[in-house]
Amino acid sequence: MIDLVWLIPCLPLVGFLINGLIGRRFSEKTIGWIAAAAIGIPFLIALSIFSELIRMAPASRSVQKIVFTWILSGDLNVPFGLLVDPLSMVMMLVVTGVGFLIHVYSIGYMHGELGFRRFFCYLNLFVFNMLVLVSANNFLLMFVGWEGVGLCSYLLIGYYYEKQSAADAGKKAFVVNRVGDFGFLLGMFLIFVTFGTFSYTDVFAAAGEKLAQGGLMVTMITLLLFLGATGKSAQIPLYTWLPDAMEGPTPVSALIHAATMVTAGVYMVARCSVLFALAPISLTTVAVVGGATAFYAATMGVTQYDIKRVLAYSTISQLGYMFLACGVGAFASGIFHLMTHAFFKGLLFLAAGSVMHAMSGELDMRKMGALRKKLPYTHWTYLFGTLAIAGIFPFAGFFSKDEILFYSLQRNLGFWLIGAVAAVITSFYMFRSLFMTFYGESRVDPETAHHVHESPPYITVPLVILAFLSLVGGWIGLPILPGAHVFTAFLDPVFAPAKHILDAGHHADHPSVVLELALMALSLGIAIVGLLGARWAYLTDPSLPGRVIAQIRGLHTLVYNKYWMDEIYDFLFVNSIVSLSRFLWKRFDEGVIDGIVNGAASVMRGSGSLLRLVQTGLIKDYALSILVGVLAVIGYLVLR
Amino acid sequence: MENVSFPYLSLVTFAPLVGAAILLFMNRENQTAMRWVALITMLADLAISLFAYAAFDSTSATMQLRESHVWVREWGISYKMGIDGISLFLILLTTLLGPIVILASWEDIRLRVKEFLVCLLVLQTGMIGVFVALDVFLFYVFWEVMLIPMYLLIGVWGNPARKLYAAIKFVLYTIVGSLLMLVAILTLYYMAGNATGTYTFDLLKLYEFPVPLQAQFWMFLAFFLAFAIKVPMFPFHTWLPDAHTEAPTVGSVVLAAVLLKMGTYGFVRYAIPLFPNAAVDAAWWVCLLAVIGIIYGAWVAMVQDDVKRLVAFSSVSHLGFVMLGMFAFTTQGVQGSILQMINHGLSTGALFLIVGMIYERRHTRLISEFGGLSKVMPLFAIFFMIVTLSSIGLPGLNGFIGEFLILLGAFRVYPWYAVIAASGVIFAAVYMLWMFQRVMFGQVTNAKNLGLKDMSSREVAVLLPIVVFIVWIGVYPNTFLQPMEPAVKNFIRQVETKRTAILSLEKAKKEAVADPASSVKLTASWPTSRQSGGEKQEAR
Repeated sequence: MIDLVWLIPCLPLVGFLINGLIGRRFSEKTIGWIAAAAIGIPFLIALSIFSELIRMAPASRSVQKIVFTWILSGDLNVPFGLLVDPLSMVMMLVVTGVGFLIHVYSIGYMHGELGFRRFFCYLNLFVFNMLVLVSANNFLLMFVGWEGVGLCSYLLIGYYYEKQSAADAGKKAFVVNRVGDFGFLLGMFLIFVTFGTFSYTDVFAAAGEKLAQGGLMVTMITLLLFLGATGKSAQIPLYTWLPDAMEGPTPVSALIHAATMVTAGVYMVARCSVLFALAPISLTTVAVVGGATAFYAATMGVTQYDIKRVLAYSTISQLGYMFLACGVGAFASGIFHLMTHAFFKGLLFLAAGSVMHAMSGELDMRKMGALRKKLPYTHWTYLFGTLAIAGIFPFAGFFSKDEILFYSLQRNLGFWLIGAVAAVITSFYMFRSLFMTFYGESRVDPETAHHVHESPPYITVPLVILAFLSLVGGWIGLPILPGAHVFTAFLDPVFAPAKHILDAGHHADHPSVVLELALMALSLGIAIVGLLGARWAYLTDPSLPGRVIAQIRGLHTLVYNKYWMDEIYDFLFVNSIVSLSRFLWKRFDEGVIDGIVNGAASVMRGSGSLLRLVQTGLIKDYALSILVGVLAVIGYLVLR
Repeated sequence: MENVSFPYLSLVTFAPLVGAAILLFMNRENQTAMRWVALITMLADLAISLFAYAAFDSTSATMQLRESHVWVREWGISYKMGIDGISLFLILLTTLLGPIVILASWEDIRLRVKEFLVCLLVLQTGMIGVFVALDVFLFYVFWEVMLIPMYLLIGVWGNPARKLYAAIKFVLYTIVGSLLMLVAILTLYYMAGNATGTYTFDLLKLYEFPVPLQAQFWMFLAFFLAFAIKVPMFPFHTWLPDAHTEAPTVGSVVLAAVLLKMGTYGFVRYAIPLFPNAAVDAAWWVCLLAVIGIIYGAWVAMVQDDVKRLVAFSSVSHLGFVMLGMFAFTTQGVQGSILQMINHGLSTGALFLIVGMIYERRHTRLISEFGGLSKVMPLFAIFFMIVTLSSIGLPGLNGFIGEFLILLGAFRVYPWYAVIAASGVIFAAVYMLWMFQRVMFGQVTNAKNLGLKDMSSREVAVLLPIVVFIVWIGVYPNTFLQPMEPAVKNFIRQVETKRTAILSLEKAKKEAVADPASSVKLTASWPTSRQSGGEKQEAR
């Protein structure tokens, strides 16, 4: 079965081609199910490869399949090669599994949309690229998927292209991502100059001997790669595109901007764990950026009223946790959180989409409230998602987030503190969104209230499945009990070399069970504090938020306007380059260069006109000039 | 006598001229028949070039399919042709675009159709001739021949308002360069002739002549100006936006896709191998201009209001990449550079075709006149999107392979140039996507755009072949990289050996001046075939 791994990325491409080339006359159902099958079948293949993989000895769980030679030029040889190992396996399962559910959901959600076929084409193309990204066996092929998912994100954000804001958001996402890709590209060049290859296995195997630990080269490589990661995974300073990306249809937000694409940066850092382990400065940078983003984005989540934007900021914040995990060397925990996040954030977005569906497109939570009666499935599933993300035991997020906080504390109290504060805020804003949407008094305007209805099974069934996963997804990573952390054990062969490098400096002392238990209790307490705070402010005393805002108006305005980061970026980069370009065009191109060119022509014309004055065509003028000439010659001869 | 093969190259060069001759005898009223004759001629030419491709041995680095006939014996001028992996794909690009431009002009050009088609066919002969010539004189003839039809294309069928300014600017710019080149060619001819005793324009023989360093500098400068104007490199580019904007659609297509490649091809085939020391010494400066061009072209493209002008400036940026890769003198750099010539021909050619399609419908090229076209022209939107993505170097499409190889190749020699050039990739996304958004997305705000027809099947036939190659090169570039690799490696090796040989020769000469006794040793050190030349130089 493992030989068929190429089918996993290729079937979505086939789905794209079928719907794209000959799907013109297909019915909605046909298009939707072709697209869903193009993801569902790869999921089954991935499952069977997975079962094959776990039967192999842990050390040999890394298989490469070369499909064909892609680029061959001089000493550069890049194959279209796929790598099956525990890390890519987890990613493939998440992408195809969650992807399939979201495809099914979309059949119901996109029903009757004008560009139904276009939507599913893009979605399949996205999954193809995402699978190339996670299953590539070399950096350059990963980059292909990397840019490919960026393209699909661009196309899907701008799906409602007639809307100016949607088209703008798509372009912004692409361009900001390109800034990150610039870093990725340079990082790859340095890798090639150092190792002479792009292949993961060759690079990582030789990393220890070719790169000095903590040396300049490895630090530059990893920081440049991380710049790429901040673009794709919306971290400081390249996060600004993600909130705007909510202009896309909700399934897109769930699949691309929550569950899969935005986690590509985390995957990349985890994939390069060996390189990062060799560069302590880079690791610290990753942790600091991750922690700062987790906190910073969470603060913005508190002030938003648009339910999808709350979720967008929460995604940025949760991605920050994943980077924090990687930065403190707990790569497996980062991937663990990536997986549980795919479940519960995918779920939250889909549930928000279901709310939107019921509310005729309304997103403003100030116009919702008390929807739990009318949308029972949506309410329950959204509740599950909220409990999971807030980190309430025994939901999935509790385990993965607790693990990250635990490892952060081992590394540095500061990392733990910022993570813990962000966790309180997360719990607060998520329950705030839950209460504002589903509880309290209804603020729905009567016209809309009339139409509010629960969504069809296409939508509710994926919700229920994801809700189930949000509950149990964390149980494969139980702490404390020896051998119960199946997930970390499975990923261990991938991260062992990095761990080896990291542990070399100081021997890892096993933390006491008491400390671990105490921290877990503390995490749970933190989540509950957030919950109670939100309950107090949005259910018990609904006038409280208004009074608080009045007290801290300045701060609130600052946060509500997203710290004016978009405006600052516009001013610093966009406007200045545009004005400079105009200057270059008008003053330099048309002024200086063409001035010289046209000037040269004018000089020619001018001298020509002067000479023309002589050519009068009158015989007496010519006779006169002959006379002058003769006299001049004679004069010269005489006077010599 | 040399081994002379079946005259594929003469056929592929002159077949269009035959078509042009037939056209001359046709009734000018019967426009459709004339178009068909031109189209069939171009298709036949494409077929011949494919046969030539089949006969080409892609593992060899030497000049193949050679033809050689004496032309003017007393001046050493011969009719000599041959191709290697470098020129092969440029010829195929030219012959591929031949039928496409005829088809694209089918409904666009209504005035003086006969003359128009003749111009295109003659131009085709001139362009292919430049790529196949192996005699410098022959090359120069083709080089100048293609100037005239292009001048007429812009000046007669161009945009009435400014076509004369643009046409004259184009010709004068080019002529200034080519005259300097002519002087250099003649200097080289006499210098080599005086030194070796055989006066010849044969390029392969001239390759072997070691030009003294001082002379190399001036001759390279002359060639550089001629080719840099043609490319065009910053700051010799200002003819390009005018010429492109005012030319008719197919004029812009041919200009961008093939004519600009004359400049870059001139560097690979003439300026660099003939004057390797000067070329290598100048590489740092040439790359600097290339990098400036990449960024400058992208920035200025960003603020254009006219779609065609935007695409024209994007060419300046793209050709900066080509020059950067070439003057890196690494396998990846040069291969990327040559592939990027093809890529640019395909994607920029396609962009001009696309702009032409909306111009035909609306008779304006101002971005602000459009908006929301995706709604009314969905099929057009797909083609436009693919070509746009190709132009911004998206992986999986052709532009990425070329740019990546160039950047990688350049990074190994000039890391900082490569870094700056790589940032051009960001700006490419900005100006292309911004333009695309303003033309294609949003609401249809201009009522005139509401009734626009989507692409006709003729228009699909025009763009489809290009899109096929855009995807092909992106997914499986080895079809193109493999046959050019031997020639590219040979090019780099040749430059390096000749350069070091000349350096040691010059060094020996200096020592000889200081110490006349050692002059005997010096002639012996120079490779056998050039021994007599070395002595002659000594004598002078």
